[in-house]
Amino acid sequence: MANMTNLYDSSKCTACRGCQVACKNWNQLPAAIEPFTGSYQTKESTDADTYTIVKMTEYEHPVDGIQWKFAKFQCMHCLDPECMKACPRGAYSKTETGATNHDLNKCIGCQYCTYACPFEVPKYRKREDKVAKCTLCSDRTAAGLKPACVTTCAPGALEYGEREDLLAKAAERVKYLQMNGFPNATIYGRTELGGLNKIYILTNSPDKFGLPVNPKAYGQVNFWQNWVQPYFGWLIPLALAGSAVSFVTTRMLANKHAAHDAEHGEGVSE
Amino acid sequence: MSKMITRRQFLKGGGVTVAAVGLGTTLGFNLTATAAAVKDLRIKDITPVPTVCPYCGSGCGLVVYSEKKNGKFVKLLSVVGDPDNPVNEGCACPKGAAMFNLREIYDEHGKQVINPKRVPKPLYRAPGSEKWEEKEWDWMLDEIAKRVKETRDKSFIHKEKLADGSEVIVNRTEKIASIGGSALDNEECYVLSKMMRSLGLVYLETQARLCHSPSVGGLAPSFGRGVMTNSMIDMKNSNVALLMGSNMTETHPIGMKWLTKARLDPKRKAKIICVDPRYTRSAAIADIYCPMRSGTDIAFLGGMIKYIIDNNLYLKDYVVKYTNAAFLVRDDYDFKDGLFSGWNESKKSYDVTSWNYKYDESSNILKDETLQDPRCVFQLMKKHYERYDIDTVCKITGSPKGKYLEVLNMFCATGAPDKTACICYAMGITQHTVGSENIRAFAIVQLLLGNIGRPGGGINALRGENNVQGATDMALLYHYLPGYIDSPTASADYKDLINYIRKTTPGAAKLPFTNLAEFRALSAAGIKNSGWRVHTSKWIVSLLKAWYGDNAKADNDFAYHYIPKRVDGKNYSHIGLFEAMYKGEIEGLFVNGSNPVVGGPNANKEQEALTKLKWFVCIDLWLHETAEFWSYKAWERPVKNDKVKSITPKDIQTEAFFLPAAAVYEKEGTAASTSRMVQFRWKGADPVGESKADLWIINEIGKRIKKLYAGSTRPDDEPITKLTWDYDNLNDKEEPDVLKVANELCGFNVADGKPVEGFGKLMDDGSTTCGCWVYCGATTWKDGKMFYKAQSRKKDDPGGLGLFPSWGWAWPMNRRIVYNRCSVQPDGVTPWPGDDDRRLVWWDPTKPADATKPDVLGTWTGIDVPDFIKTTGPDKPSFTDAFIMRWEGKGCLFAATTSMKDGPFPEHYEPWESPLAPILNKTAVNPATKVWEPDKQGKTDQYPIIATTFRLTEHWQTGALTRNLPWLAELMPNMFVELSEELAREKGIENGKNCIVSTTRGDVEAVACVTKRVKPFFLDGKTVHEVALSWQYGFKGYATGDPANRLTPHIGCANTVCPEYKAFLCDIRRA
Repeated sequence: MANMTNLYDSSKCTACRGCQVACKNWNQLPAAIEPFTGSYQTKESTDADTYTIVKMTEYEHPVDGIQWKFAKFQCMHCLDPECMKACPRGAYSKTETGATNHDLNKCIGCQYCTYACPFEVPKYRKREDKVAKCTLCSDRTAAGLKPACVTTCAPGALEYGEREDLLAKAAERVKYLQMNGFPNATIYGRTELGGLNKIYILTNSPDKFGLPVNPKAYGQVNFWQNWVQPYFGWLIPLALAGSAVSFVTTRMLANKHAAHDAEHGEGVSE
Repeated sequence: MSKMITRRQFLKGGGVTVAAVGLGTTLGFNLTATAAAVKDLRIKDITPVPTVCPYCGSGCGLVVYSEKKNGKFVKLLSVVGDPDNPVNEGCACPKGAAMFNLREIYDEHGKQVINPKRVPKPLYRAPGSEKWEEKEWDWMLDEIAKRVKETRDKSFIHKEKLADGSEVIVNRTEKIASIGGSALDNEECYVLSKMMRSLGLVYLETQARLCHSPSVGGLAPSFGRGVMTNSMIDMKNSNVALLMGSNMTETHPIGMKWLTKARLDPKRKAKIICVDPRYTRSAAIADIYCPMRSGTDIAFLGGMIKYIIDNNLYLKDYVVKYTNAAFLVRDDYDFKDGLFSGWNESKKSYDVTSWNYKYDESSNILKDETLQDPRCVFQLMKKHYERYDIDTVCKITGSPKGKYLEVLNMFCATGAPDKTACICYAMGITQHTVGSENIRAFAIVQLLLGNIGRPGGGINALRGENNVQGATDMALLYHYLPGYIDSPTASADYKDLINYIRKTTPGAAKLPFTNLAEFRALSAAGIKNSGWRVHTSKWIVSLLKAWYGDNAKADNDFAYHYIPKRVDGKNYSHIGLFEAMYKGEIEGLFVNGSNPVVGGPNANKEQEALTKLKWFVCIDLWLHETAEFWSYKAWERPVKNDKVKSITPKDIQTEAFFLPAAAVYEKEGTAASTSRMVQFRWKGADPVGESKADLWIINEIGKRIKKLYAGSTRPDDEPITKLTWDYDNLNDKEEPDVLKVANELCGFNVADGKPVEGFGKLMDDGSTTCGCWVYCGATTWKDGKMFYKAQSRKKDDPGGLGLFPSWGWAWPMNRRIVYNRCSVQPDGVTPWPGDDDRRLVWWDPTKPADATKPDVLGTWTGIDVPDFIKTTGPDKPSFTDAFIMRWEGKGCLFAATTSMKDGPFPEHYEPWESPLAPILNKTAVNPATKVWEPDKQGKTDQYPIIATTFRLTEHWQTGALTRNLPWLAELMPNMFVELSEELAREKGIENGKNCIVSTTRGDVEAVACVTKRVKPFFLDGKTVHEVALSWQYGFKGYATGDPANRLTPHIGCANTVCPEYKAFLCDIRRA
């Protein structure tokens, strides 16, 4: 089956953040209220109960003056996802339609993925001891619905469709934008990290939107994937055993301490 | 977090990480079959229930999915945009998307629970108490009815002596007031308006006063009605949109759906212009952003009027035939030094006699269609705006000249016959001492460019409350009755029904009639210079029949005297109401879904005024700031200020009754959107706890008050004892019957009880009833019962212009774009050159107007319902009188006679608190504006910085309905003030840190949002800073902050007293 994805058009987005709430509404996520610190964006990044945010970036253009750029930000559903490579329990998988799925039943909350992700999207949800992120609404799309964010988007900045079609559409739109006041308009997600399964139409370079210009997989993952694993595959079971032992012992010890502390009334909060 | 080791700590543990990360690759890249992986959707097989969003006035549809057991509601499953609703096509902004939170939330454990901020039981606060007590409904309602009776009886005035010595029945009390209602359904507003008036209330106000009262004040004198001319969807037909005084992208997000469509449409290739003091999310998506200092709109638009005239950019045929440009004006009309002729310095008001046309002996208005006569409106207007040259304008507005020119070029190009442009505005325009005149300036621009009455054109007065249009239609405002007909005053002009008709029917003043029969005969023969308002007698008599039923008879003036008569010339508007309350003149107050402690101007004073009440009834979903104005928290202030009172609960003797109301989708009723479209809301969930629909509450209070007065034979009590009050539901004991109310408010024939099929069929002989004539036609007789067209959900769209005539129902008579006669050329047939696809209506000489008279040929027809008398053909002189609600029949460039209190042409005056001396004239502030608190005027020596206030996408109005929703609190958690980097540097204020903003009225603490988006203005050679405060916060809810309105002044629009929230002077410092 073809890769199905979202096309986000920054030239249409009004940063109303209907997508952010619609996402919570569909995915039944509580609010995580933090104080206002001087930016409309409010949240620096996604969090365990906030799968998508809208990045808002201000800068001064020498000719056009002040610019305020918006970019919806969430899991990019990379064609070749780092999170999936990093996950020790196979909680991550690619669906037939290209979504990077994360199976909460398999997740052990180890959070390797949160470090491996070049966009730092997956986040740890303490109350369940699991990691959580955007699912591209796999449940909805399987039932023939569009993702919640797409459905709610008032100005039509989000579209859902086949990746190839959307890329063609994006190319056409970028061409139009380049000729109509946005000479630096570009597509984001076509080639980045070997291709993202979230396509962006940007009216300027990605850095103006708070997106990494040339996102890179973290070295550790690449090193292991490209060099160590092909030749030293036999080391893997050993590594597994090592890490498991290390984890279990560290945790057992720590838990023992904690239990001890709790008994003696010292279980203070950090 | 306990000391249990987390996986994060473990992960930080060096080398092992690498090994473990490498592990992932071996554990498979397996493609899971999606179908197998997905859980069953929770909304599977659930039939959603449609409702309409309770936030802004756009009228977006929402659907409620709920879980039921044995037919009984259990819990919500989801609330999302209604995919069928043509306004939003399933989309929802963050507020709409958060509608689930209105009833239920996911708590910190992810568990679905009832929103803990909702109030499940009625609450009572005894005088001097510091807490609420839970009470039973019966006790509360009985006590409230008793309070009402007690206060009414001791303050009621039945008769009053006029200056001429004659006596008049006034049936009035000034001791009880009612505010709010714009968030209620139409049926609720209607019964509220009816109940309050029957009690004799004259202090009757709704949020419209604070937001769009100048829209009526400016649009009605220009076009005949105070409504938004076009619709949200219609924006897709525009070539250019000017967002000025509206941050539409943020406050009416769905508007951007339609403007985006216009942009992408190859036929329109629409451009968007944003004019705003600060760079907003609207500016971010606009093609042109032009900054403009707060309160200088008329300078900006006056320059535009001059530019259009100087460069011959107006649509000539339109201007000559559809406007009063050609009318000649009296020779004694004049304008000098900022004052129009007729100024009376001692009365601080104008004698408007000279603001009139010239007439011939038969009362025909004289005109010169060549537009050359120096006394014609066009030439006078040209002269008036001669002073508004581009350099002068930019000195005042602070707009960069280049940007201003870009705006002029782009917008004024739509004077071409094949182009239309719309103006979208809201509070940035209305909330000024010149609010109504700001809108008049829009009207002049749009009439000159030929943009009214045409698709893609218009003046879109974006209403900010979901049913503020309906609340206004139902007259929850003191100065008129439902349907925009005068509310009587205690004066000779209104002393009885015949005088009322004489006064309110244009052209009737000098006609010889002494009774209704004589008037009818004259009316049938035709009354000159009258327009459609010639039918006023039918509207008032039908209204009286609706209210007083069989007790309204020809021999008792149809119970006309039961309507309270207010004191002539007295101002009962929001500011006047709170000034009176502050002086202790008001004893009891009803607050219906309103929150003046956050939203009222000079909120410190208004909060203090509340303490002087003996009792107050608050009806809401939440214990908002006004409900708890007596609490300790309400009196906390960021800094000590001798001028601001601090009171403790024990010193507040106000008895408080809090009645918990049901949320929008927990009841049924209709709402009129900003596009005048009335849509039905079905009930999708049960009310939380014991909360009740407002209709139930008002019905119960009404019933109990009537019971207390039952048996009384005093004439004072007749307005109550004779009132019709029959809304109980015969099938379901609990909720009143919404359709019963609808039937009464839309009108029925007394003889058979069947709906009156349109206001053309209303009579003034007592044979028809109609509570609000503009809604007449919304009900019809179908399949043996009444059908409410607001429930209509068909999606045909003839012409493809987005009219959707079978979706809901739009007043008047389902006309979707008003004044649509202008969408064809004056000949009535030909589209404007190059604009064939935007013709809405036309004259068809081959068709009969009335199917029962097939041989009388000639009718107006089209894809919209003609906003014109169907049979008016080219043989009639009124064939080009496209504005049927104006007595002149024309769009008014010049607002003649009593239309405006402050001038027939808009003139720029500075805000009451301004950093600049007048440049264009010698008068600083609008001279006709009433100054309530002269000692509170801030001056630049102490307060050198301009302040304005704004709203956010993420919150709605005073925030009661959004700051209590966790999902929205998360998006915008605290109150903040936006200031420029330059000012921040000067004052040592850091982004994200707190600062104090002060005016003569008080101080607020706010988080500083230091941003490049705000820039200082360069005005006439000096640099002036402007700061902007989000005003939607208070001390309650999940998102909190000081109410910015503690800073705003008690002064308002000269015509409607809409407060000047949007431009005042302040100072700012580090906290």
